[in-house]
Amino acid sequence: MKFGGLIFANLFRKKIRLMLTIGSFAVALFLFGVLAAVYEVFDVGPDLAVSDRLIVINRASIIQTLPVSFKERIEHLPGVKQVTFHRWFAGIYQDEKNFFPQYAIEVENRRQVFPEFVVPDGQWQVFAKDRQGAIVGAATAKRFGWKLGDRIPIRGTIFPGSWEFNLDGIYHGRHTEDDQSEFWFQWDYLNERLALQQRGQVDGIDLRIENRDDSVRIGKLIDAEFANSLAQTRTYTDKAIGASFVKQMGNVELLILSIGGVVFFTLLLVTGNTMAFAVRERTSEIAVLKAVGYSELFVLLLVLAESLVLAVVGGGLGLALAKLFTLRGDPTGGILPFFHLSPKAIFTGLAVALVVGAASGLLPAIFAMRLRVVDALRRV
Amino acid sequence: MVRVHDPYNSSSLIRVRGLDKKYQRGGEEIHVLQGLNLDVDKGEFVAFMGPSGSGKTTLLNLLGGLDVPSAGSIGVAGDEISHMSRRKLTEWRARHVGFVFQMYNLIPVLTAFQNVELPLLLTQLSKLERRSHVEAAMTMVGLDDRMSHYPRQLSGGQEQRVTIARAIVSDPTFLLCDEPTGDLDRKRAEEIIDLVQQLVKEHGKTVLMVTHDPVVARRADVTLHLEKGSLVEAGLAAEVTGGGSV
Repeated sequence: MKFGGLIFANLFRKKIRLMLTIGSFAVALFLFGVLAAVYEVFDVGPDLAVSDRLIVINRASIIQTLPVSFKERIEHLPGVKQVTFHRWFAGIYQDEKNFFPQYAIEVENRRQVFPEFVVPDGQWQVFAKDRQGAIVGAATAKRFGWKLGDRIPIRGTIFPGSWEFNLDGIYHGRHTEDDQSEFWFQWDYLNERLALQQRGQVDGIDLRIENRDDSVRIGKLIDAEFANSLAQTRTYTDKAIGASFVKQMGNVELLILSIGGVVFFTLLLVTGNTMAFAVRERTSEIAVLKAVGYSELFVLLLVLAESLVLAVVGGGLGLALAKLFTLRGDPTGGILPFFHLSPKAIFTGLAVALVVGAASGLLPAIFAMRLRVVDALRRV
Repeated sequence: MVRVHDPYNSSSLIRVRGLDKKYQRGGEEIHVLQGLNLDVDKGEFVAFMGPSGSGKTTLLNLLGGLDVPSAGSIGVAGDEISHMSRRKLTEWRARHVGFVFQMYNLIPVLTAFQNVELPLLLTQLSKLERRSHVEAAMTMVGLDDRMSHYPRQLSGGQEQRVTIARAIVSDPTFLLCDEPTGDLDRKRAEEIIDLVQQLVKEHGKTVLMVTHDPVVARRADVTLHLEKGSLVEAGLAAEVTGGGSV
């Protein structure tokens, strides 16, 4: 590192310029980090789900229901291990802005089908016996300061009226990325309060299968089973339903990539311009370095090293801030339940910062490398 | 002994034969140096004078391996440099040439010590050895108490002394000084030339210097005049040798 002093001395030559350039990288990588965290909400969740889990929904649309009786018929199909179901509730807790996902669930098989959500046995037993019981994710419990035994009133929207629940349990995800914002209560409680013609319906039937390699075959088997029924089904893997959900929200990936692309292209122009100025203003110094014996390759690497140090420091700062930001949890109050910046995204961000750093330093570095000592000294 | 016409000396430290340098400017060919011969022995102090555009700096650049001749040869301490690749020339400069420029060209964000240390970073010397070499060079130029100063904290004369320290720190074969006093007042110029003379007389350095200043040139052992690309006149400053010699 005997040349480290030279690199850092050059970087600190103009402190305001240094801070602004590092700031540009930091802002861009902070934005990248936040966008990556948003993207992962839609992409990483299904990835983390066990791949031997399928979901059956109404073929017409995700908002159409299925008869609960389908559960029993699916349970009897070969290769199916456990089956449960859920219904979307969409109630309001105190104010519309306090959004969190609420599901009326089947109690018996829920924990077997969704093993990534951990509820202490004692709490689950209480919940199973309490018709008005509820289980809530740790994030939502923390958000509203709920404790076990609290009475939680929710105003129904799809199912009008005032609904009251007893908080019997709090679940935690096995992975930090697992959604810890959901609110579950017993499907029986919902069902018994509905009008007769609304009863016995679910939004989705979730199941685990014996062998994950059988998912396609079993999916077709299930859909064939209900092909001539009033409610035809479509069976997806967890991943596919996640992708389908994202598609309904628009092409999030394209949107995020577009924003990220524009940000990084702008960053490339800004830092490239800065590095070009930084090299041009010390033309004579570069000439002196070459005159006293520094090679063209050394000069090229010196300029590139300065650019890369800027990228790593600025990019690292931006990603660290993004990580801190995501550690505070979902900033939208429920739309981004597992808002999280993964190590993979951090490494990707650093790699992108390095590429931008190298690209922005390359032209000035080549200029410095090709600079003829005689010409440079003549300019002074 | 410095000779500009005798082509038979083979023991010189610097041996230039038939040196030509041409430039293309637009469609015009400019002949800067034409068939120049020169021999310089070890420990000599040579001044080059001449009007602007006469080729003084071009000659210095060629001797220092910063530029390549259009024709002719340049031998330094047995190395023929006129046909070296750019990479080889760079390595050769690091070992053999110390440069002193008119505008000092110190790196402003490095201290005097760090500026002088720059050529040594390319060597295999340890940090301790580098420090010892830098301290010796700074002592030689009388600035051992200014090592941690930045160039902006030094006077013009002091800056030029640091440049000289940087030029001699790696103990090069010879020094090339391009108008080393051109940016200094008379008193500071005298001090710098005293120092250069001291390097020649006490430490046996070989110095080739370009200057416009006749007072400074008179302090050299020999003054050579360049005009229209040729060494047309040799002013005797010290020893005169026969056969067209100076």
